[in-house]
Amino acid sequence: MMLIDCPYCGPRNETEFGYGGEAHVAYPQDPHALSDREWAEFLFYRDNPKGDFAERWVHNGGCRKWFNAVRDTITYTFKATYPVGAPRPEVSGGTK
Amino acid sequence: MANVQQLRRSPLAARSEELHNASGDAVAVREIPFTTQVGIRATQGTEGYDALAAALGGLPAKVGDVVGEPSTTAVVWMSPDEFLAIDKPDTGLAETLERTLGDHSGQVLDLSANRTIIEVSGEAAELVLRKSCPLDLHPRAFQVNQAYVTEVAQTPLILWRVAEHTWWLAPRISFADHVTNWLLDAMVEFSGTKG
Repeated sequence: MMLIDCPYCGPRNETEFGYGGEAHVAYPQDPHALSDREWAEFLFYRDNPKGDFAERWVHNGGCRKWFNAVRDTITYTFKATYPVGAPRPEVSGGTK
Repeated sequence: MANVQQLRRSPLAARSEELHNASGDAVAVREIPFTTQVGIRATQGTEGYDALAAALGGLPAKVGDVVGEPSTTAVVWMSPDEFLAIDKPDTGLAETLERTLGDHSGQVLDLSANRTIIEVSGEAAELVLRKSCPLDLHPRAFQVNQAYVTEVAQTPLILWRVAEHTWWLAPRISFADHVTNWLLDAMVEFSGTKG
């Protein structure tokens, strides 16, 4: 069982959390100006890196707040967790 | 109109005898029904937060914190901007807090029928809960009058240590039966029940 460090509740069992996909996907400034292709890319196209990945998580079983996490997709290690709105922190030792 | 107070049934009322029979010296379980529960949403630094904090003697600041005493009125930390006030039955706390909040931004909502409280007490209570709850329940980490929103028996609930060997579990009422079944099963080895 893995522990995930909720920014509000501290380390909790992974069963209390839900996954929300890639973080820092900004809503387009002017959605009407986008072509169909650009709109589809905003909606559906996500990075799939091998290594550190910034993701959205939600602490369903606790404070029910969304937060962001940097997770290594190879080792599943959570490098950092931080509140929504905060910039992505620099983490070291990412798997390449 | 019928008196609603007389008609209401707590989720575990039909099982009170079963709970009593399963309880022993090492660990006992009972239901504490009909507590007044008021959901509060207010963001720190707003006028609504300050008004509610003044009325309740403060609002809990961080995870695990409880303001007040379980025997009277207590406010449990649910999330940074959400709190749950728990009081004795039928105190009208929700109406009082609604008036306190007034037109300020925030929310006061009567959630009394949302959760029931199951009390697990006795020397072995911690051992029973540790069978399912991954939180550190040692008194060093989980102090008296701290409460956490977490999972026990795969069920989301509020876990509240009201005394060193007394725990309150507050699951939503539809899960009360499941949590009870799970507790009774976990208690068998500690209590004198004839399994």
